[in-house]
Amino acid sequence: MSTPSIQAHQLVKKFGDFTAVKDLSLEVSPGEIFGFLGANGAGKTTAMRMLCGLLKPSFGHARVAGFDVATQTEHVKKNIGYMSQKFSIYDDLTLKENIQLFSSIYGLSSLQTQERMKQLAVQFGLEDKLKSLVSTLPLGWKQKLAFSIAVIHQPRIVFLDEPTSGVDPITRRQFWEMIFETANAGTTVFVTTHYMDEAEYCDRVSIMVEGQIQVLDTPQKIREQFSAQTMDDVFSLLARKKETPT
Amino acid sequence: MVQIENLSRHFGSVQALDNVHLHIEKNQLFGLIGPDGAGKSTLFDILATLRLPSSGTARVHGFDVQTKANQIRKRIGFMPGQFSLYQDLSVLENIRFFANVYGVAFEESSPLIRDIWQQIAPFKHRPAGKLSGGMKQKLALCCALVHKPTVLLLDEPTTGVDPVSRKEFWEMLQTLKSQNITTLVSTPYMDEANLCECIALIQNGKILAINSPAAIVAQFEFNLFGVQSAHSNALINPLRQFEKTQHCFAFGKMLHLTLKDACATEKDIVEFLEKQGHKNVDVWPMKPGIEDCFIELMQS
Repeated sequence: MSTPSIQAHQLVKKFGDFTAVKDLSLEVSPGEIFGFLGANGAGKTTAMRMLCGLLKPSFGHARVAGFDVATQTEHVKKNIGYMSQKFSIYDDLTLKENIQLFSSIYGLSSLQTQERMKQLAVQFGLEDKLKSLVSTLPLGWKQKLAFSIAVIHQPRIVFLDEPTSGVDPITRRQFWEMIFETANAGTTVFVTTHYMDEAEYCDRVSIMVEGQIQVLDTPQKIREQFSAQTMDDVFSLLARKKETPT
Repeated sequence: MVQIENLSRHFGSVQALDNVHLHIEKNQLFGLIGPDGAGKSTLFDILATLRLPSSGTARVHGFDVQTKANQIRKRIGFMPGQFSLYQDLSVLENIRFFANVYGVAFEESSPLIRDIWQQIAPFKHRPAGKLSGGMKQKLALCCALVHKPTVLLLDEPTTGVDPVSRKEFWEMLQTLKSQNITTLVSTPYMDEANLCECIALIQNGKILAINSPAAIVAQFEFNLFGVQSAHSNALINPLRQFEKTQHCFAFGKMLHLTLKDACATEKDIVEFLEKQGHKNVDVWPMKPGIEDCFIELMQS
């Protein structure tokens, strides 16, 4: 057994007297696609920010790529890639220039950058558009670019926060095919989504309700456990939340 | 209630809407289904008289959007794609503000908003910015209905909202149907299409199809098969090499496969896969959904 890519043990995050994440424990293996599901406000983003070393846990501890998220944040950041919902790429640069910019931020040499660019261009079919300005490209291409940038430094884990929101059905599937290839090459993928059909593409998923993981298993076992036909049904059963008035 | 003829709108060299024709009947729940960048918001902005068409005409309630904007504004309720309420005002203050702007009183028991109000009333003193995503959308809908509009324009009310809150929002739209209101709602979620009486599929500014969801599905031309094994994703590339394959895409735990050859059967597919060394594969003919139709129309 290789060491887990992500190990979280009883993570808690409090903001004042509000507990956003309660007692989060999970382990994700290298090369696994892990779906991190939950309703709006369930605490997904807070949990993800702790795992990325962007937010200090109130209690508990977690290791990502073998490094402590509270004390070794710089090591954590070098070993992970992150694609946020509002991905930060430069519209007035070309695809190639964007890739060059981010690879120099990650400290890749120009030779390494060239090689990586070639690999990614072939792998994700970017060749034709490398010299195009990002602003002239449809959303699907921007997503491909944002993903390429998130994995430019060959991180051990890539975090994707709702990467497919709002794109057309074909682009959405092409994006997942990119995820499959990346995971097959050994990178761990930690992904959130509101599309329940995408939960089925994950090796394992967890569903978070009010700051706590309610269920964590393979999609098939979860469906069986709840005698449900689809993950959508499971989600509805679990996440029908009890919002309380103040 | 809404009549759109030859409507086009460009921004510089970008054609946001390309010769759109659309008719929405009175009291219909009409869905505009398409991805980001398809032109949905531009169409909403024109109907809400916030932007002008480059060419063509649009009428709401019989009034032309270019010359009768004021008449239209009194009669429509508009919920834009961006959350545009006052985050630091409470739920109740937001509703009262919108009522005041329209010069009406807020009536909790008005049939149009009674059900929605019941759901958000427990939070009436909470600042709008501190509501969950689903609750924010319910409040925005309530504000859009406070002046009793006859046409409701909802631009992506469920985008980024979790599946449970999405369902609750659609349940509310269904109950509005009986209240003499015509609703145009846009969404990138294909599964919401079936909740509308009539839908238009839109991509790159062009309407791909307009009809009832059932009629659109009935027009699907290809033989569609479901394919599933313990590792369905590993079958995508092999199936795309199959000479009879039109398209193959992942759909949750299974794959959807369309064949060019109308005579080909599930046997041909299984045989092909077995020759490639893929055993224990289930293949069965299946009925298409709106998402299958959208994929085919996008590529034709």
